Amino acid sequence: MSNATTTLSARNLTRRFGNRLIIHDLTLELKRGEVLGLLGHNGAGKSTTLQMLTGCLLPGSGEIDICGISLQKKPALAKAHIGYLPETPPLYRELGVDEYLTFAARLRGMKPSDVNDALTQTIMRCGLESVRKKIISTLSKGYQQRVGIAQAIIHRPAVIILDEPTVGLDPAQIRDIRRLIRELGDTGSVILSTHLLGEVESVCDRVEIMHKGRLIYGDSSQRMKQYGQVTGYTVTLRHPPALSELQAIPGVTSVEQLSGTQFRLLHESGNNPGGLLLSLAAERDWQLEQLTPLSATLEDVFVNITGDETTAPARGTPGGAPLLCSDPSAEEKP
Amino acid sequence: MIRLIAMRELRSLLSMPSTWFVLAALQFIFAWFFLARLEAFLEVQPQLAQLANPPGVTITVAAPLFNTAALLLMMLVPMFTMRLIAEERRNQTLTLLLSAPLSEVHIVLGKFAGLLMFLLLLITTLPLMIGTLALGTHLDLGLLAANCIGLALLTASFIALGLYISALTSQPVIAAIGALAVLAGLWLADIGASDAHSLWHQFSPLYHFQNFNAGLLDSRDAVFFLLFTTVFLLLTIKRLHNNRIYG
Repeated sequence: MSNATTTLSARNLTRRFGNRLIIHDLTLELKRGEVLGLLGHNGAGKSTTLQMLTGCLLPGSGEIDICGISLQKKPALAKAHIGYLPETPPLYRELGVDEYLTFAARLRGMKPSDVNDALTQTIMRCGLESVRKKIISTLSKGYQQRVGIAQAIIHRPAVIILDEPTVGLDPAQIRDIRRLIRELGDTGSVILSTHLLGEVESVCDRVEIMHKGRLIYGDSSQRMKQYGQVTGYTVTLRHPPALSELQAIPGVTSVEQLSGTQFRLLHESGNNPGGLLLSLAAERDWQLEQLTPLSATLEDVFVNITGDETTAPARGTPGGAPLLCSDPSAEEKP
Repeated sequence: MIRLIAMRELRSLLSMPSTWFVLAALQFIFAWFFLARLEAFLEVQPQLAQLANPPGVTITVAAPLFNTAALLLMMLVPMFTMRLIAEERRNQTLTLLLSAPLSEVHIVLGKFAGLLMFLLLLITTLPLMIGTLALGTHLDLGLLAANCIGLALLTASFIALGLYISALTSQPVIAAIGALAVLAGLWLADIGASDAHSLWHQFSPLYHFQNFNAGLLDSRDAVFFLLFTTVFLLLTIKRLHNNRIYG
């Protein structure tokens, strides 16, 4: 993290469509040098949130500041600092790539004299050199997505908002785009929405989980992994001993037999019996075949959190940026 | 900003083959009609010459040509305006404009100006065609100017209406049919009202064009066009703003 200036802050956003409350009292903050992942199922309200943050949709209540400028009071000034890639890239398909990107840069208030430099740089960053002169409608989906990202970053905005940027791309393209997002996060700040947990793991510094219009969990993505982590091993022994013998190993909290030779072994987090297990296996001729540490993926965490959302809006409070709890009484607010 | 959006609109228009096709077809119709009127004029000219105060070539050739152009524009403008906002909405490119640092006023005026420039370019061939007659005869330049001003105002009002209807929907075809229905409705109400003082005449842009067509510059007609255009532009701005409120 570089200097910790806040580039985007949203406070107590709510949004209704008709009588349905889509976004409940949402508070979000983003600092320079940070990549924030907004994670949630389809229909959780991610896109609506991003639309509000970019000024495409007015919030029912609440405030949004972009680089300290109020989006509601001075929309033109504030929006000059935003780069936005919606779910469907907003491409004028009849234009050429260069032509379109120049238009996008000028539209965001760039001076004509600066546009050429920015254009060359953006084209290079997004790997579009080979298609510069082509008409956008003739490009493949992957290239169109890259042009979409290029239009969001060409004016070097402080806040880059990407709505599901890797949807529909092949694995190689996904890797490229993720690397690009990581790069962007080092100089500016990025919010990206996704329902892919791997994406959050690989590119985001911080994650906010959204469920039914609320932020139900927010923390660094590293911590989030720990949050759901189960410490233990899957062990395969060709000559397994009695269950009680495994249970007796110091540090082991529980053992579960998965099949004739396979066991799931959980241990205390500070007391790893791995080494002991190995030496015992050699000593007592259990014929150890496999020893795999259990690690929870974000998926597990996600399911855990969204699954028991009925009990309480669980929040990861330790560390991370200041995050507010979603207040259950917010539902009654107009 | 307005100019930027207008130029983008113009560029998109000119990059579509259909635009060029319409341009060519329309010029052909104009030219055909012009030549047909000219031929008819040449046939009756000897008889006209015997009158005490004979009608000139401008009133017999140019005025009907402009009148036909006005009718054709009524049917054609919706085909161009339908794309303006409805298609942006359907292709989700409207987000680019809405998230850019500009207001609805810029967007609406930019689109209006872009299409107006294009259509004015299209109708400038009319005075050019008539202008060729100046080689052999004397033209009534006042009448010609009145027609040009009238047609430009008429085009502006058609675009404003079409733009508004385009802002109401995300289906370009519905926008086209809607605008055509309203324009044709106003026109039919105008020609259908038998009473010369009927209020229906007052609502029709084509009725207000008649004075210009006859070479009469009436400020009431000019004010009508300006009001008509302004009202629909304001409604479009309002509609786009509602887009942010209702999604």
